[in-house]
Amino acid sequence: MADISVNNLNLWYGDFQALINVNVHFTQKQITAIIGPSGCGKSTLLRVFNRMNDLIEGVRTTGEVMIDAENIVSEKTDLVSLRKKVGMVFQRPNPFPLSIYENIVFGQKVHAEGLTKLKLNEVVEDSLKSVFLWDELKDKLNKSAFTLSLEQKQRLCIARLIVVKPEILLMDEPCSTLDPQATSRIEELMRELKNNYTTIIVTHNMQQAARVSDQTGFMLLGELVEFGRTEDIFTKPKDKRTEDYITGRYG
Amino acid sequence: MHNPQRSQKIAFFLLFLATLLIVIPVGLIVVIIIQKGLPAINWQFLSDIPRQGMRAGGIFPAIIGTLYLVIGAIIFALPIGLLAAIYLSEYAKDNIINRIIRLAIVNLSGVPSVVYGLFGLALFVVFLKFGASILSGSLTLGIMILPIIITTSREALESVPQSFREVSLSLGASKWQTIRHIVLPNAIPGILTGTILGLGRAAGETAPILFTVAAFYLPRLPKSIFDQAMALPYHLYVISTQVPNVDEKVRYGTALVLLFLVLFMNLIAIIIRYNFRKKKKW
Repeated sequence: MADISVNNLNLWYGDFQALINVNVHFTQKQITAIIGPSGCGKSTLLRVFNRMNDLIEGVRTTGEVMIDAENIVSEKTDLVSLRKKVGMVFQRPNPFPLSIYENIVFGQKVHAEGLTKLKLNEVVEDSLKSVFLWDELKDKLNKSAFTLSLEQKQRLCIARLIVVKPEILLMDEPCSTLDPQATSRIEELMRELKNNYTTIIVTHNMQQAARVSDQTGFMLLGELVEFGRTEDIFTKPKDKRTEDYITGRYG
Repeated sequence: MHNPQRSQKIAFFLLFLATLLIVIPVGLIVVIIIQKGLPAINWQFLSDIPRQGMRAGGIFPAIIGTLYLVIGAIIFALPIGLLAAIYLSEYAKDNIINRIIRLAIVNLSGVPSVVYGLFGLALFVVFLKFGASILSGSLTLGIMILPIIITTSREALESVPQSFREVSLSLGASKWQTIRHIVLPNAIPGILTGTILGLGRAAGETAPILFTVAAFYLPRLPKSIFDQAMALPYHLYVISTQVPNVDEKVRYGTALVLLFLVLFMNLIAIIIRYNFRKKKKW
């Protein structure tokens, strides 16, 4: 497991500055929520940690982001091993157009060669159990992942990620396409998993942040306005802007 | 005076007429060729060599020649075209050089086929000393269908959703692993469709093989890739214009065989594409 330390982080898309001097520390075995209105830079911040912003042309970063004593925004970072360590759950559940089984073993196959069928079966069973899908799916592992419900797909995506053995879980609005019941079950899963990972969740949904997280950061227009224990942020925010946001005056 | 109902009817009628005008000639061509060519089709016509100065006998060497040329063209064009398409769709940055390359490929498909023939003559037959041979002809046809294969393969690769690539990379797969395990398998049906369309084009062209491989009359099968060969389109040209007193049904029979060869290839492409669309789920 690994903490993340962000020091003086700035990020530009071309001329537009999307992150302004962000300083923050994410602690292991905790769920940290990042809240804020659309366009505040919360997803951008999340995508700094696994360098997914690199896929966009014209992105420029200054400052440092330390994970395990390595500055991961530097040019020299090995993206493959970084992304192995820092996994991501996306907004839309996005299984590959393969069978349930093939989806889960994908990570194993790209990271380790020459695995026996037996070992792979074990991996599939373990990871499906850890996201509480095993009982539902154990008889249809060869069915296409596209036949699953949205919630099952999102769980499958988490299972697919767990196989890679990440230390940090980035969740980019993982419940925004789900109904309230599915959302609460996914939140339950997040609490189950939190002791094994450093979890960061970006969310629109303030109630979700309040329910699930230990720490919360509030972002506005590229700045991290306030960061602290979730209770404190929601009951006695220090900054006027935070208070306005969580009381629903805008956003 | 202004009557939207009536102008709608007129517009509808004109559009329908235009569509009909396109369909009628195509239908007529097929009907006439079948009508005049079908009496010539029998086992001997398909399996025998041409006899009596190509006025009788069969067209077997031309059928085989065309198959060899088409296969040769694809062996050459598919790997190169696919690799180029992968580069253009997955690796190439959007800069001036790559834009010129893309534009050049699009323009290549507009080059008249006789120019490819001339190019093949200069490069393969003369400069590389392959002579007029199946090798020269295949390479020339291969170059001609490269733009088709590159363009369709690129479209197939680019139609694979970006989110698949993102997930794969986010799981720590390298770019090449992502392409090999996720992008390519999902693009194969589209690539196959393009390949078969290219095959159809290669089978039907006369000009590129005119100077590079086609034999006027060669009543035996080619023995190696350095042999000349007969080919259906050129054979049709020869018996239609160069040999006097060829029975009409022999000419139309040859046309019918060529037409069906090409239609058959397109049919396979359509079936693959149909199955692909049915299975596609994103």
